[in-house]
Amino acid sequence: MLDNLNLLVIAPFLNVQLLLDGLFIGAIFALAAYGLALVWGVMNVKNLCQGEYVIMGGYFAWYIGSKGIHPMFAMPVAIVGMFGFGWFIYKIIISRVVEKDMFTSLLATFGLAIVIQQGLNLAFGPEVQVANSGYPTHTIPMLGGSITVAEIKFYSFLICCALAGAVIFFMKTSRMGQAIRATSQDARAAKVMGIDTEQVFAFTYALNAAICGAAGVLISMIWVIQPFYGITHSIRAFVIVTAAGFGNLVGVIMAAFGLGVAEQYGGFVFGAEMQQATVVGMLLLVLIWRQVQMSRYRQAVQ
Amino acid sequence: MRHLKKWTLAAATTVAMMGTSSIAYAACDEIILGSAISFTGKYSTNGIHAKNGYDLAVKKINDMGGVKIGDNCYNFKVKYYDDESTPARTAQLLERLIKQDGVKYFLGPYSSATTKAAAPIMEKYKIPMIEAEGASRSLFNKGYKYLFAVLSTSEQYLASSVALAAEIAKKNGKKPGDVKVAMAFENDPFSLDVRAGVLDDVKKHGLKVVIDDKLPRDLSDMSATLTKVKALKPDLLVISGHSKGAATAFRQLGELKIDTPMIAITHCEAAKVTSKFPKVANGVLCPTQWAETLSYKGPYFGTAAEYDKAFKAAYKDYKNVPYQSAQASAAVLVWHDALKRAQSLDPDKVRDAIAATDLKTFYGSIKFSKAGNNVAKPMVLRQIQDGKYNVVAPSEWASHKVEYPRKAQ
Repeated sequence: MLDNLNLLVIAPFLNVQLLLDGLFIGAIFALAAYGLALVWGVMNVKNLCQGEYVIMGGYFAWYIGSKGIHPMFAMPVAIVGMFGFGWFIYKIIISRVVEKDMFTSLLATFGLAIVIQQGLNLAFGPEVQVANSGYPTHTIPMLGGSITVAEIKFYSFLICCALAGAVIFFMKTSRMGQAIRATSQDARAAKVMGIDTEQVFAFTYALNAAICGAAGVLISMIWVIQPFYGITHSIRAFVIVTAAGFGNLVGVIMAAFGLGVAEQYGGFVFGAEMQQATVVGMLLLVLIWRQVQMSRYRQAVQ
Repeated sequence: MRHLKKWTLAAATTVAMMGTSSIAYAACDEIILGSAISFTGKYSTNGIHAKNGYDLAVKKINDMGGVKIGDNCYNFKVKYYDDESTPARTAQLLERLIKQDGVKYFLGPYSSATTKAAAPIMEKYKIPMIEAEGASRSLFNKGYKYLFAVLSTSEQYLASSVALAAEIAKKNGKKPGDVKVAMAFENDPFSLDVRAGVLDDVKKHGLKVVIDDKLPRDLSDMSATLTKVKALKPDLLVISGHSKGAATAFRQLGELKIDTPMIAITHCEAAKVTSKFPKVANGVLCPTQWAETLSYKGPYFGTAAEYDKAFKAAYKDYKNVPYQSAQASAAVLVWHDALKRAQSLDPDKVRDAIAATDLKTFYGSIKFSKAGNNVAKPMVLRQIQDGKYNVVAPSEWASHKVEYPRKAQ
């Protein structure tokens, strides 16, 4: 461990490499996490099949890539396809559990995750798949060494920024965006004011699936996909949203970048087996710190 | 439709057999070999590869006149049950084969996990099993007496790459102590076995380990480990993490432009790296149990290449013969050889004959240690050269020279 820290000091370019890799990956985490924050905030549904939606998006890219078309073209297809899928799932399952207590929605989405995993397994087999973007990797000399930047990671970063910008713009300016924000503040009041909350819920859930699908397309070009790999993406999304809270997009994005960088540093310093543990450990610290911070305002009700 | 095809094929073969060698078949009794193997579930692809290997060898031996014991002759027949890729079911079905079906000779299941469940049952009933698909070294340190394996155990998978690195270092006038090794292994029983084997060989040759990372099961990003590789510039990088680990490794080796002169990774073929990452894959070393280009030779199928041909003729769907099938066939050959030498049907006498096996086959030499694993066959190392897997080590069986250093893309 100390050797590794020492390495970071004597070879400073490694810091740049880890930082860049972390930021690029963090941008993709931010997408899935923001989707989760939306659904959580607006509908109070903790969507446990978040990661499965990401993997489904990945299969769009893989499938289109295997047909000889560039996997990037899967992006619009995945967004539209996953939006439709999300809407469908909302209508047949989620709409029935929205009003119920937390455990019902947890169970329903957990069950959904298993069904999606097995469905993907039946359709595409258990093999590990990748979509190839074919973009080159560039070497940049820096600080007495050289760092590598894969073009695909850079493009993914830009696409994530664009998508996040589009979602913010949509939420701020459009009628539906207003309705979503109103519903998340107070669903009953929104209903009284004439907002069709059922429609808002369906749209929010479908939008989440679409965002996840977009993230999945990028994931399949950067990492690997397999029917059962959704769970890590779900965990990351939950960690980010828990740390940031679901009220603010800026918080989610910052937390996602932080998580991406922390994963890279954790893996480098403590070894790859501690990569995830580092992140979860940090979440624990954040929660403890919050607990202490809030205790000043807390009053006992007796 | 598939079943229909199989049945028609089986019917046709039966008719053909009856026509040509009805006398020989009629005069022989049957020896039933039992096997609970995976036709469904996560091991099904490889389970069926193994079954095809068993069947091909059984047919070959029966065509050659079966087993002669004293004045009697016997034909092999395999009784299969599907263990659904679950070890508990394997154990259950083996009990059933022994107690209800009265089977006294066994072929192994597919995978280390199911073989682990099988071994104690064989011990309990004192019935020998020759297995071909369980490589975990934990199968051979428990003192089992009735379990024999024709394949190389998992700690040998990447060990030969260490020997190769040491050999090359010596040739280049480098001291072994200056050769730096980086290791990244998934945290699961199989990969840790592989790691143990690598560590043993590193110690034996006196190399220096600079990175020893364990990859968690659900990790699809190893760029942090590879960044370390970039900084420390090892001479040898060894990675094992099933096909997911291989796919991740190849992808990120390319992304981070890792230029380590020698890289060895398991499960290259399963991850289909030559078609998915053709550029990065070049020069990478991949271990295998067997390859059809090896110069192994034996009395039943002839050379490895001849086995390859016979297998493809029998099963037209295969473009490449998986080593899982080859080693399954080898297990049946050991049964034949042992029964012939034992000249008895008594399981204990047969067991002793198996233990004394010293056989040369198309799959390599077979000779069992006291623990029951095959110590006569080395693990083969192949290097991906221009998209093809060429055997480069051990040098005795190599068809091509190792390219060193590996050309960085």
